Amino acid sequence: MLKDITLGQYFPGDTVVHRLDPRTKLILVVLYIIALFNAKGWGAYLLVLAVTVICMAVSRIHPRNIFKGLKPMLFIIALTALLNIFYTQGTPIREGWIITWEGIERAVKMMLRITLLIVGTFLLTYTTSPMALTDGLELLLKPLNRLKVPVHEMTLMMSMALRFIPTLIEETDKIMSAQKARGADFETGNLIERAKALLPILVPLFVSAFRRADELAVAMESRCYHGGEGRTRMKQLRFCTRDFIALILGAVFTAAVFVMKHFGL
Amino acid sequence: MAVISVENLTHTYSAGTPFEQTAIRDVSVTLTQGESIFVLGHTGSGKSTFVQHLNALLQPTRGTVRIDGEDINKDKISRRDVKRRVGLVFQYPEYQLFEETVAEDIAFGPKNMKLSKEEINERVREAAGFVGVEESLFSRSPLELSGGQKRRVAIAGVIAMRPEVLILDEPTAGLDPIGSRTIMENIRNYREKSGATVLVVSHNMDDAARYCERLIVFDHGSIRMDGTPEQVFAHTEELMDVGLNVPKAAEIAAALRKRGVPLEGAVFTHDQLLRALRRAGEVTSC
Repeated sequence: MLKDITLGQYFPGDTVVHRLDPRTKLILVVLYIIALFNAKGWGAYLLVLAVTVICMAVSRIHPRNIFKGLKPMLFIIALTALLNIFYTQGTPIREGWIITWEGIERAVKMMLRITLLIVGTFLLTYTTSPMALTDGLELLLKPLNRLKVPVHEMTLMMSMALRFIPTLIEETDKIMSAQKARGADFETGNLIERAKALLPILVPLFVSAFRRADELAVAMESRCYHGGEGRTRMKQLRFCTRDFIALILGAVFTAAVFVMKHFGL
Repeated sequence: MAVISVENLTHTYSAGTPFEQTAIRDVSVTLTQGESIFVLGHTGSGKSTFVQHLNALLQPTRGTVRIDGEDINKDKISRRDVKRRVGLVFQYPEYQLFEETVAEDIAFGPKNMKLSKEEINERVREAAGFVGVEESLFSRSPLELSGGQKRRVAIAGVIAMRPEVLILDEPTAGLDPIGSRTIMENIRNYREKSGATVLVVSHNMDDAARYCERLIVFDHGSIRMDGTPEQVFAHTEELMDVGLNVPKAAEIAAALRKRGVPLEGAVFTHDQLLRALRRAGEVTSC
């Protein structure tokens, strides 16, 4: 079923990770990515891996959900690994082979890097509701307002898009069921037949998406929405002690990776 | 003869995730050919999930659904074939209209059945006739019609497949009284002329009292009551208990009885109320 897509889905919970300010989590993810891409030796990789596993354990996200989210990425991960195995210069593992020891090492590291990158960002979206995420993003990007970047409008668009993904998925599901009940067949036939079979889904979906957009615009205007200026929020974000602790830990972690890089670990 | 028998049907949504939810639990029921059935229940009682099992749109987590003794989930082909025998009209079916003209949209189902052109045309005309869609509308775009007309075109799209069992999920939701009545009359008309089994999911007790022979009441994913309107409406309190109501006529009758007006027999339709009142009037005037 379409509903079972896990990519970037929020799992409600009440752990320390869930309760952190979304801004803290966003900064931590940026630090995490910087650290990940500066990890060179095995020691640094092990450190990043260990930190990721600890974060996963603390946030109580079931590993099964992580693997489910990783599934669509498997192809990319495998392809990167393959390319690295075959296109790295070095000492061949056997006389006359293209595969080198260096290639294998780099492939493993690349696989690890991509997997950790995905898992790390998953932890953010799994533990933060989309609304909190866009709120945090808006506040973090606020300084860009001075450069005439329409931050409020952009984040509003983002949160609306996120808000309507489940609605549209549900709607698609419903329309698909209705057309299936009328004998529509989406699973057999060649490529052209299948593409044609999508028409009975797409037309009603677009019609209803535009209707929804229209209704939403009217509803917002009738509640006097007129842009971000002077707007207050219902849930004020506030940094607490745990946020400072988390940020300090994140900074220490990133610094450690850089130190390890310097010493070639 | 299409007899649908449901045995120990259980359905769990999103099994194995934190959002896991059992919509229906251990439901067993038999529907015989030609019956007119209303399925009642408050929002989230599992009635919509239940009807989607009857034409294999949803597969049971546990239990079986048989039509004439054959498991409809046996394989892909039986799952496809059952959709032709059991027609399902979803809630707000007008949102599924997509073709350029009304006639083409009604023809979508028969076309998927790979029928001949003449056969398709005949069925479109017949189905449109059942729901009162005039032929002058055939070349219009379904998106420019009024709400009630759209709804009728969408229902015609399912009737055009000539299902032996016609299921409608809240066919009158969001329509004005005249629109609702027309649709209910159209459905009755189809049942009488084709001999199909008709199953309507609804909240409307007055419609239930007027249009059906059998009532099935869902509550928290299982069948709470199953019987004739007389039997079910006799349990006013139990109905209130599951978040439903009794028909207006039954409510008035109960209030009158409370004030000492002697009404005889079961009263849950307007006609019955009128008759009972007349009889009560004769008794007191002599």
